[in-house]
Parts: sequence; structure tokens; C-alpha cells
Amino acid sequence: MLKYFISLEWKSFIRSASFKTNLFLKIMMVIGALWMTASFLLLGFGAYFMIEDGLQMEPFEVVNKALIYYMVFDLAFRYFLQKMPVLNIKPLMYLPIKRTAIVNFAIGKTMISFFNLLHAFFFIPFSIVLIMEGFPALQVIAWYLAILGLVFCNNFINIFINNKDVVFYAVVGFVIVMIGLQYFGVFDITNYTAPIFRAFYAIPYLALIPIVLAVVFYKMAFSYFKKNLYLDAGLSSKHDIAETEDYSWLNRFGSLSTFLKNDIKLLRRNKRSKMTLFMSFVFIFYGLLFFTNAVEAYDGPFWKIFAGIFVSGGFLFTFGQFVPSWDSAYYPLMMSQNIRYKEYLESKWYLMVFATLLSTVVSVFYLYWGWQAYAAVVVGAAYNIGVNSHLVLLGGAYIKTPIDLTTSKKAFGDKQAFNAKTMLLTIPKLLLPMAIYAVGHFTLGEAFGFALVAIFGLAGLLFKKKVFAIIEKIYKSEKYKTLAAYKQTN
Amino acid sequence: MITVTNLSKKYNADPVLNIDTLDIPKGQSFGLVGNNGAGKTTFFSLLLDLIQPTTGHIKSKDIQVNESEDWKPFTSAYIDESFLIGYLTPEEYFYFIGELRGQNKADVDALLQDFSDFFHGEILNQKKYLRDLSKGNQKKVGIVAALIGSPEIIILDEPFANLDPTTQIRLKQIIKNLAEQKGVTVLVSSHDLMHVTEVCERIVVLEKGQVVKDLATSAATLQELEIHFAG
Repeated sequence: MLKYFISLEWKSFIRSASFKTNLFLKIMMVIGALWMTASFLLLGFGAYFMIEDGLQMEPFEVVNKALIYYMVFDLAFRYFLQKMPVLNIKPLMYLPIKRTAIVNFAIGKTMISFFNLLHAFFFIPFSIVLIMEGFPALQVIAWYLAILGLVFCNNFINIFINNKDVVFYAVVGFVIVMIGLQYFGVFDITNYTAPIFRAFYAIPYLALIPIVLAVVFYKMAFSYFKKNLYLDAGLSSKHDIAETEDYSWLNRFGSLSTFLKNDIKLLRRNKRSKMTLFMSFVFIFYGLLFFTNAVEAYDGPFWKIFAGIFVSGGFLFTFGQFVPSWDSAYYPLMMSQNIRYKEYLESKWYLMVFATLLSTVVSVFYLYWGWQAYAAVVVGAAYNIGVNSHLVLLGGAYIKTPIDLTTSKKAFGDKQAFNAKTMLLTIPKLLLPMAIYAVGHFTLGEAFGFALVAIFGLAGLLFKKKVFAIIEKIYKSEKYKTLAAYKQTN
Repeated sequence: MITVTNLSKKYNADPVLNIDTLDIPKGQSFGLVGNNGAGKTTFFSLLLDLIQPTTGHIKSKDIQVNESEDWKPFTSAYIDESFLIGYLTPEEYFYFIGELRGQNKADVDALLQDFSDFFHGEILNQKKYLRDLSKGNQKKVGIVAALIGSPEIIILDEPFANLDPTTQIRLKQIIKNLAEQKGVTVLVSSHDLMHVTEVCERIVVLEKGQVVKDLATSAATLQELEIHFAG
């Protein structure tokens, strides 16, 4: 039985749509995977010394303190990204296979996922360094096993909370409050949790607790899964209660409103697009890394522009790069209707401009770190509206990844979204404004640098018609390829 | 109305469709039958310029469909679920299609009024998005949406599949009326020989991409088709 399961899994892996891409992409994927592995390994080996030399603190102590947050973030990360293997189960259900075998297979599959392996890359080297630094080997191994147990606990907990938004947001809310309390010195939860993690080291046989806990969670996940293994229970799809909205106030945009209304509904009613909205919100705070001098490497003056572009342009990038893929599910409909491409594009463009302006207004709090910080956001917004809005639409025209609107997974960028053309487009998107600013900054000072970027951005607006015409041409010439690519859902 | 000339479609040298000539006059109700893989959906997709012909072309009202888009305003179709927008309610979907075809809300409402018994109370005001409707109900929405804006050519791929018997009977009436009273050219494909012979004045049988029969429907047609497909 297991043999069949494994061969099915293997086939679904190598035959997935993402593998059928070009060679360039495959190379990029391998490099990406190696890079992730290498950086985690490096982090694992280097963390000890970085903490010791950099922060002048006891590394093992610091890691134990941080572990509580690490574990919660791991859970949050899994919640968003780890796919539950529910979908592939349906066809197995009416075959002569025992339900327990199916469930064991499904849960077992989550256990060998990337989300569990990744931690090993950090904790194994870190443990090795600990032992080399003279920590008793047996105790370190016990500590490591305890962590491993907790990682698997997270794995199984994720099975329960999957699709239970309430539980998830409660946990995240709690963590944010805890971080806040700790930051302002009111209450430090790590004072209470660090001793627990330390105990796994101090009293090695305590490590049995998380391991036993993981086994218990496995049993629980197993019975939960098994109980819900019915088409009308765990395998059913949730139905939303629909409300009809007409957004007639948008009619002032004339014929454009047809698409604008649809795009707003698209954003509001689909999991994937809601995820995009959430990500754009997170991007607003990206600038904190730069303007608070939290990361030394980002102290160069032109990095401000880099930050400004991302702070104001979170939505622009996450949404814009997938136009027209957002409409992939019904692209044949769009292509057989009398679509006015200009209005179709313009609607998406207005959304991006509006979101950019909104982000700019919201990020007014950057004034706290000096007028330069907010000026960077504002000129970043100008550049985004004038230049980048066109460039992302242009890049999107070449991306033929169908988007599954009903799932929030994979929202952090599809692997397929990268190709040579879109990579090339990042140069004018990010590097050019930084260069422009640098020119101004090093000649007449920072104000001139900001002004130059803003002028360049606004000048970009003059080319809107031209760019839209080019994109329309691409849409038309790539029409059949795009239709064929969108048909491939996987 | 529709003229097909030397049309062929090949996938990696595999011919899937090969039609030398075919003329469909205005106002004809045209039925396409054939086994799986005979090329029915391929033909409709070519007609809607969703795929490119390998050779030849289709002209719709003298407009070559793969060169100009001017056929779109007078053509509508329902091929499969990819013609539905899952996150809209049926009403919103009808209004969206209506706006694309130059119809205001009142026009669309008036049209929907005529189809209230076709919908059987399961489509409008159900607080459901299209993605959550059953296959049959989705099909009803797609078919009715294809009627919005008085198109001159309507293409329906397998319209009878997945529908309940009551709706099948109503749909047959609707298609007949379109061709007879309003002069609309209706193209329908089906696996159900009985339904097509009842609805269509002309039936074309496709086999491995070739036209093997082209019949004007008469009392003997159904039997002729049954003998043909029995093999």
C-alpha cells in the first residue's frame, strides 16, 4: 500500500505544472533552494558566535528566550503556507483502502514536508556548535530532541487550526500583545518560558515530554482527521453567504466602472486576494527596518528610496504583477466578450494608484524618524504611480500562472512568477530610482535627490497611453498561449 | 452567417479537426454531434478565437474571427465553467455581462423576468456565489447570460448535460424560439441525439475531426443517427 502512495506522491510532484517550466526557471529554483539551505546552515553555525560577539550575551540563553516566539511564528508560517493534503484524498476514498491507511498517509505526508526539515538546518548545526563549545553532548541532544518534538507538535496543531481563522487570529493577537508588553517593559513572557526550554537541557529526561506530547497530538490529529473524512464534513468546501453589492457610486467612473466594480469584488471575496491585501498592509511597516537603523547594511542614503518604494507600493507589487492572472479562472469568458482592454487595464491601474496613495497617507507615522523618512515614502509613491504601475502591468502580461482565487496558500509568490523578462524589469523598478536619488544626493544634497525621483516618477505618467497600447498588443499576441496556460490548473 | 473554409487544427501533427467547407445561414439552429474527441469543442473554440487554426479560417458575418474582434458584439457563448466568474452572485454576473454588452440594469432585469421559471427559484436571491452553485445551476446561469444583449449568434456546448429533465424541456423551447422567432443563429453540441433532433433544423456529425454527415432534420433523422452511432 505504502508503495502505491509513494509512487502517487512522486508522480504528483514531478508532473506538477510548476515543473513544466523553462530551464532558466528550474536553475533558479535549484539555486533558490540551495541558497535557503546554505543560509540556514550558516545561521545555525554562526548564530552562536554572532550572539556572543555581537550582542555580548550568553547565546544558549538568548536562543531559549527567543524560542517561544520562534515556535509561534513557525505556527503562523505554517498556517499560511503549509497545504493540508486534503484534496488528493477524495479519489482514494471509494477505493478499497482502509480509512486508517489514508489518514496515516495524509498526516505522514505533512511530517516530511519542507516546514519540518527547515528547522533541522538551523538546530542541528547550532547543537553541534554548542557541543563543540563544551556543552555536555547528552544534554544538548536531549534539548534538540525536545525542540524537534515541539516542531512536530506545531505540525499537528496546524492540522486542527487549519481553516479556523478565529483560533489563528487569537493566537497572533496574543503574540502581538506579548511583544508589545515586552517591548515597553511591562511584562516579559520569555522570563517564564525560557526556563522551560532550559529545563530540557538541564534535566535531559524532560525532553520526553514534548516527544510524548507530539505523539499525543498525532493521535489527536489522526482521530480528528478520521472523524472528518466525509464529503460533507472535513472534505466539504465552505460556502460563503453571498451578498449582492452594486457599488453604484462607482458609476461616476463611466464605462470604467464595469471593471472597477468587478475588481473590488475580486479583492474582497477571495482568499487569495485577501492575503494580498494583508501583505500590502505588512509592507507599510517594512520601512521600519531601514529608518530605525535596525539593520546596519541599510544605512546607505539611497536605501531610503528602496524602502520608500516598498512601503507605498506593497499592493502595487503584490497585485499588479499578477494582472491579468487574477482573471485567469474566467479568461475564456473575457476573451470572447467585447472587452475594452484599455478600460480593463485602467481599472487595475486605478486600484493600484488608489492603494499607493492610501499607503502613503497611512505611513505618515514615518515622520517620527525625520522628514527624510516620510519624504522617501512620498517620492517613492510618486515613482510608483508614474513608473512602476506601468512596469508591473507590463511584467504581468508575460506571467502566465493561473491563480487559484479560493486558496490563500502560495500567496507569497508563485515560483512560476519569475522569468527572465520580469527579472529584468526589476532594474527600472528598484535600482533606477535609487540611482536617480544617488545622483541628486551626491551633487546638490538630499532634497534635490528626492525632487529628482519625484520628477522622474511624474514624468512617467506621460507615457501611460503608450505603455497601455504596448500591453494591449502583448495581450493580443500572447492570447492563445495565455489561454492554454490558464487551462492548466494544478 | 458563418463560413468555414479549409479549417484544420493539429496538435503536434495530430489532426483534431479538418473541415473543408461549411456554411451556416442566418437564423439556423445548428446541431453538432459526435463522440468524445470528435472535435466539437475544438470547433466552437475556433469559432470564438480561443485557439488558433492550423490552416484555413472562419468568417462570421464576413469578419475573419482570428483577425478582427468585430464579431464579439454579436456573438455570445457558454462553453464551460471558465465562462463564469466564481466570486460573483448570479445577479452581479448577469449585470456584468450586461454592461459589457451595452445593456443597463433594467434591460437585464427584464430579460431575467422571462426566465424565472427556467431558474426554478434556485438562482436569484439565493445568497450564494456562482462557485457554490451546483453544476446544473451554474449551467443555467451560463446559458441565460449568453442570451443577454440580443446576440445574433449563440454558441452552447453541451447545454443539456447536467440539467434536470424539467429544465431540459424548457431549454429546448427557448432554443427553438430563438431561431424561429428571433432569427438568431444557434449552434448547439450534444451527446443526446434525441434532444438535438428535436431542437435543430440541421445536424452535422463529426467523426475524428471530419464532417461525415450533414442532415436536414426530418422524421427519419433520429433513426439514421442512431444507426450511425450504433456502428
